[in-house]
Amino acid sequence: MASNAAVPFWRTAGMTYITYSNICANLVRNCLKEPYKTEALSREKVHFSISKWTNGKPEKPTSDV
Amino acid sequence: MFRQTSRLLARTTGAATSRRSRAFSTDVPATPAQDSNFIESWKKVIPNIDPPKTPSSFMTPRPATPASIPSKITVNFVLPYASELSAKEVDMVIVPATTGQMGVLPGHVPTIAELKPGVLSVHEGNDVTKYFLSSGFALIHANSVADIVAVEAVPLDHIDPALVQKGLAEFTQKLGSATTDLEKAEAQIGVDVHSAMNSAITG
Repeated sequence: MASNAAVPFWRTAGMTYITYSNICANLVRNCLKEPYKTEALSREKVHFSISKWTNGKPEKPTSDV
Repeated sequence: MFRQTSRLLARTTGAATSRRSRAFSTDVPATPAQDSNFIESWKKVIPNIDPPKTPSSFMTPRPATPASIPSKITVNFVLPYASELSAKEVDMVIVPATTGQMGVLPGHVPTIAELKPGVLSVHEGNDVTKYFLSSGFALIHANSVADIVAVEAVPLDHIDPALVQKGLAEFTQKLGSATTDLEKAEAQIGVDVHSAMNSAITG
């Protein structure tokens, strides 16, 4: 069985393709000119809230906008 | 799975040992919306129940590989949030594959190429439209359809050169001072992306 082409440097460092791709996309978005930059960043904005559970009960959620 | 049934059943009656051999997917003709062999075999065994609808009957059949090379390639260029080009017929596309800039003409051998941050140019007659892609994949099929998927793609004039220079300097400096593997990888990615953007706007 032939092995594939040399493993990319980000994979040897423990990063997955999705993480690599998202980092690249973020870097490109940060280098855009003004109206496009705010559009792109607001389009990709994610709202989430995390709550840890202990003893079967949720604790207070920490929200991150 | 059911589409292959008739072919596999015919094979096993011939030679039980050569069950492994399957036709290459590149030789497959246009897929029919309903497999008539399967329906016939079903009706012979279970005449009272309607044959199930297989997923392939819901899909539009794969277009056949034409006998002669078509004159234009059909490009579908999609992003997660928008479809930039949808079934557009063009003369040539140049994609930034990890192995280098790859020109795709009609009749190109079927390829799956991983893309690196770089410039995608679409050539139609005398017009060339260029986009900077952050990363993605290009799938070229036997029937001269090219599907290009990218996470982020911007026309070259949306890129701000000052920010690119700033980013390049920042990441080159981070690359020098990085300690862990992960930091080095991130800094290297930063340098790669920014230098690709730089050569895209200046080149």
